[in-house]
Amino acid sequence: MNHLTKVQRKRRALRVLGDVYAVLIYTVLYIPVAVMMIFSFNNQRYNYYWNGFTTQWYEKLFNNSAIIDSLWYSVIIAVLSTVISVVVGTLGALGLKRYEFRGKKLVNSMLYIPIIVPEIVLAVALLIIFMTFGFSLGMGSILIGHCTFCIPYAVVTIKGRISGDGNSLEEASMDLGANRMQTFFRVTLPSIMPGVMSAAFLAFTLSIDDVVMSNMLAGAKNSTLPVLILSMNKSGITPDVNALTTLMILAIVAAMLLSGGVKALLARRAKRLEAE
Amino acid sequence: MAEAIVTLTDVEKSFGSNLVVQKMNLDIEAGEFLTLLGPSGCGKTTTLRMIAGFEDTSAGSIKVQGEPVEDKEPYQRDVNTVFQNYSLFPHMNVYDNVAYGLTIKKVPKDEIKTRVGKMLELVQLTGYEKRKPDALSGGQKQRVAIARALINNPKVLLLDEPLGALDLKLRKQMQLELKRLQKRLGITFVYVTHDQEEALTMSDRIAVMNGGVIDQLGSPKEIYDHPKTRFVASFIGESNIFDGTVQAVDGTLLTVETPAGLMQTRGEGFAVGEAMHISIRPEHLLAEKQPVPGFDLAGRVKDFTYLGTAVKTAIDLKDGTEAKFSRIEQDAECAEGDTVYVHWKPEKSVAIKKTAG
Repeated sequence: MNHLTKVQRKRRALRVLGDVYAVLIYTVLYIPVAVMMIFSFNNQRYNYYWNGFTTQWYEKLFNNSAIIDSLWYSVIIAVLSTVISVVVGTLGALGLKRYEFRGKKLVNSMLYIPIIVPEIVLAVALLIIFMTFGFSLGMGSILIGHCTFCIPYAVVTIKGRISGDGNSLEEASMDLGANRMQTFFRVTLPSIMPGVMSAAFLAFTLSIDDVVMSNMLAGAKNSTLPVLILSMNKSGITPDVNALTTLMILAIVAAMLLSGGVKALLARRAKRLEAE
Repeated sequence: MAEAIVTLTDVEKSFGSNLVVQKMNLDIEAGEFLTLLGPSGCGKTTTLRMIAGFEDTSAGSIKVQGEPVEDKEPYQRDVNTVFQNYSLFPHMNVYDNVAYGLTIKKVPKDEIKTRVGKMLELVQLTGYEKRKPDALSGGQKQRVAIARALINNPKVLLLDEPLGALDLKLRKQMQLELKRLQKRLGITFVYVTHDQEEALTMSDRIAVMNGGVIDQLGSPKEIYDHPKTRFVASFIGESNIFDGTVQAVDGTLLTVETPAGLMQTRGEGFAVGEAMHISIRPEHLLAEKQPVPGFDLAGRVKDFTYLGTAVKTAIDLKDGTEAKFSRIEQDAECAEGDTVYVHWKPEKSVAIKKTAG
């Protein structure tokens, strides 16, 4: 070790410090998740100490119709608001990027207002509107609420992925004999697909864990999963919620692994084709 | 004269108050290689885009094979375009890019396969079918763009500075390939470029554009040897251009007074006292140690520039303009700072009428 210079020793110390820092951050981030996952198998009602392994909470979960119903309710709303905001978002993004019109700047900056304004403000505003016009609260009102914040995010996300070099791909397509409809589905849409996909994931995520809108606009009958869990908090969270969230995390990890795997596979195939 | 395949009659285009193309009249002949040549902003690309259908005309009419096309969408016109930035579809491989036009037309799969195969052979890209545009070099992308445009068997192929993004060596090679391809297929090429050398190399005819107007239309040789306007003389190749007034007319021999001194040229239809321009190529300049009758162009040798194939000599004339010489080898008798008398054979220079504006 004597051959190390002062500078080298200092650098090495800094590196160790950096590693420690990174490990610490990740620990803080993941300990709660790990604890929750472990406690979902805890043979004890209150999550204070470990009392042995069980899968009873998972059984309970599948028999808890309130949780399963609200999960479906959430998923349906999330899927619908994803579809709506992706369709509206794609058209909006294309319009805002490709066409020049009076007031374009204004329209563009107004896009950010629903993103910046606290959600509770939008929720209250929507509630007042629905009440005024006698619109009954339920899935429809929640859906509209979710779309109000999902659409701007979708537009912004997709807009960022549309190339700035104008309509040249569309022109090439029309030049080769494709009409506007064919051009949109064969050229425009596929070329912005990565943006559309990220917008879809974003909208789904925003919708499925939304509490404020869902709570405010839910009406009396059904509630979404996050709202239900939040209301259970008052009487104490039961381990079957641990089981549910564990399953959700596993589903997300599985989805990420799958998409990563598909990407890697595609990349490998592309490389092999190039090599040929 | 061959039959005109594209006819532009009094075509105009303005963007707002900006008139980009003015009263343009042009007959493009079937099977020719016609180049629209001019500096950026001269309206050449706009003209091409009007033929393709990407821009509406503000006035006038465009006919393709005798039929007006103003009311036709780009996808209804019998012309295809090779774009400046290639515009290949990034999500499709080479095969699908080239097959695109046929797929849209719902041509049977087998036929598409043979035709794409032939087209890729034509542009020497057989074996690249599965590659995505990202995995191609600039020259290869260019070939795909050409193959994709040619597969529809267009009557006219429009090319918008297709070689602009390539390096010099590849550009020269592609120029020859394009020219050969055009000859072989017998398709009319309308080619837009700002590179005068490229235009001279490839074209059957060149339309030199300036400020939205065709200044001159003619074969490369006509344009190079007999420029009709001062702009054409200065834009095509290198030229020494003098502005002066006619002092004496003797048949076709004109003696002209310029700020640099007296000089001679040949031209018809000039009157004494008329303002005009004289253009003379650097390779036609001569220099003597003694004054030459008819000329009064004394100057001082400024410097020599070695270019490999030629030696360029710059000579300062008395009004401060620089006369450019081009020689195979440096004159042994000439040294920097020497006083020389510049002249030329009058018939080697071009007398140009002064145009309004």
